Amino acid sequence: MSNMIASLYNIRLLDELAEKRTIIHNIHPLVKVFTTCVYLIVTVSFDKYELSGLLPLVFYPVIVIALADIPIVPLLKRMLVVAPFIIGIGLFNPLFDHSPMVVLPWMQISGGWISFFSILMKGVLTILAALVLIATTGMTRIAAALGMMRVPGVFILQLLLTYRYISVLIEEVGRTVRAYSLRSRGEKGIRFSDWGSLTGQLLIRTLERAQRIYHSMCCRGFAGDYNAGSEKRIQIGDILYFAGWGLYFVVVRYFNIPAALGSLITGVGR
Amino acid sequence: MHMADALISPVVGGAMWAATAGVAAYSVKKVQNDLDEQKIPLMGVMGAFVFAAQMINFTIPATGSSGHLGGGLLLAILLGPYAGFLAMASILVIQALFFADGGLLALGCNIFNLGFYTCFIAYPIIYKWIMRKGYSTGRIFTGAMLSAIIGLQLGAFSVVLETLLSGKSELPFGTFVMLMQPIHLAIGVVEGLVTAAVVGFVWKARPEIIKKAASGEALGRVTIKKVLAGLAVVAVITGGVFSWFASAYPDGLEWSMANTSGKEELEAPEGIHQTLAAIQEKVAFLPDYSFKAQEQETSAHAAETEAAWPAVDAGTSVSGLAGGAMTLLLAGVIGFCINLVKKRNKTRVV
Repeated sequence: MSNMIASLYNIRLLDELAEKRTIIHNIHPLVKVFTTCVYLIVTVSFDKYELSGLLPLVFYPVIVIALADIPIVPLLKRMLVVAPFIIGIGLFNPLFDHSPMVVLPWMQISGGWISFFSILMKGVLTILAALVLIATTGMTRIAAALGMMRVPGVFILQLLLTYRYISVLIEEVGRTVRAYSLRSRGEKGIRFSDWGSLTGQLLIRTLERAQRIYHSMCCRGFAGDYNAGSEKRIQIGDILYFAGWGLYFVVVRYFNIPAALGSLITGVGR
Repeated sequence: MHMADALISPVVGGAMWAATAGVAAYSVKKVQNDLDEQKIPLMGVMGAFVFAAQMINFTIPATGSSGHLGGGLLLAILLGPYAGFLAMASILVIQALFFADGGLLALGCNIFNLGFYTCFIAYPIIYKWIMRKGYSTGRIFTGAMLSAIIGLQLGAFSVVLETLLSGKSELPFGTFVMLMQPIHLAIGVVEGLVTAAVVGFVWKARPEIIKKAASGEALGRVTIKKVLAGLAVVAVITGGVFSWFASAYPDGLEWSMANTSGKEELEAPEGIHQTLAAIQEKVAFLPDYSFKAQEQETSAHAAETEAAWPAVDAGTSVSGLAGGAMTLLLAGVIGFCINLVKKRNKTRVV
């Protein structure tokens, strides 16, 4: 039950964040989608032992979060929920890869640990990028961007309907499960003998609801197609945003900036 | 449970995105051909239902732990494979965007792993075949259980392959498989039980819903498209996976040449042979079934150590797949030309 409430809260929070009006929110959604794509590809294309080269990529989520006024704590909480799977797979790396990679005066660090931290770092960056995208764009504008990319209207319409009705259905499922647990002396979860009837009843009610939704859509003029409304045109500011970040990501990919900085500092210090 | 961006490479992510986009485009076309616009709100609401149902805790008897519904098979049974795939895709898109459950680059992988195997392999091949004689409680149970278990095993194996080909994790193939397959066997059993329970209940309470869903498409008719699709899948698997098992030792011709002339390949004599050889070297983007750069780097390495077998090499797989694809393309072009000639001859005779 609590996970349903948490999911509802999460969706509503990101929805509300997307409604803000900051400089980042005003950028065209297609540009934001493409920038996120380039960012993800660049992050993931780093070699498995790369650690320092990834660090400059942290500027993208940090700057966008700051400019878009997004609270960082909910994003971090979301990341903590998803991290265990990445950690679970990545933790095998130190177990299997023992070749010493970094030799410091007081200890040796094996390649396995380096690749583990690299995976962690990539995980953090990619998750933040995805959350930042939805928090600054919102589902309806992403759907509009998909339409501009010539994604078929059937899929976009179906995606938006799923999104809209998730809250309705989570609340219905939540009420049903709460009623069940109140009548089952506080048992957590659904008993085996009731799996079919509980879910089956919910399913039948859902199918009837879908019928009513279809009829109400027809009454309001639905004829099989979808109109996303007009999105304002791509302006010079949007192009500069994409070009600027794109250039930065490419430079970070091909020049290890922290290493250069480090050698500069140690060179100067010597 | 879904794959994260940190564990895949851009090549694997891009390839799976292409595969998913292809299957999705095909599904959209099939759904549109249905001309039943009532399907669209049904797909949307069923997607939301499965999303919400995934949060229900199903207590597994005698273990004290709980299981959850995946939903791919249920969607395929109630909506048909095409609409079911699209609904599953939209659920995963929302999970990736709002819950960071699975990365955006890995979204192609996740949709394919969780949607394709259940909707396009487990459902038509296993479930529909078991249901060919009509519905009954026993058949629903076996059909749902087998389809769910096999569908999830295929999906889990797919995760292993995608992670392996990305090269970010050090997990060896054997260990990873031993980890993933048993866990997903248990998950598959729970999914099969829940799906069987739900479909069984709806079959008893409102049989017309199941009948209507089942009659959505023809049962068990093997069309030429399915044969071609089957061949394509076999070609991909052969090219992508079995090519690893291709022997690294010289083949018969090279062996006999080595024995007679002391060299495995003849050198091209001056003149036209040299020019053609030079052109071939420039044009072949996968010389010797691997990537060029890799060859130069590892040639010294290979001289020292025996070639490992199976030669799991991204270059070989890509060569295998590219070769298979080109062969299929050529076969398709030849078939198309033959058809064209036949049509022209037919009209002339009349």
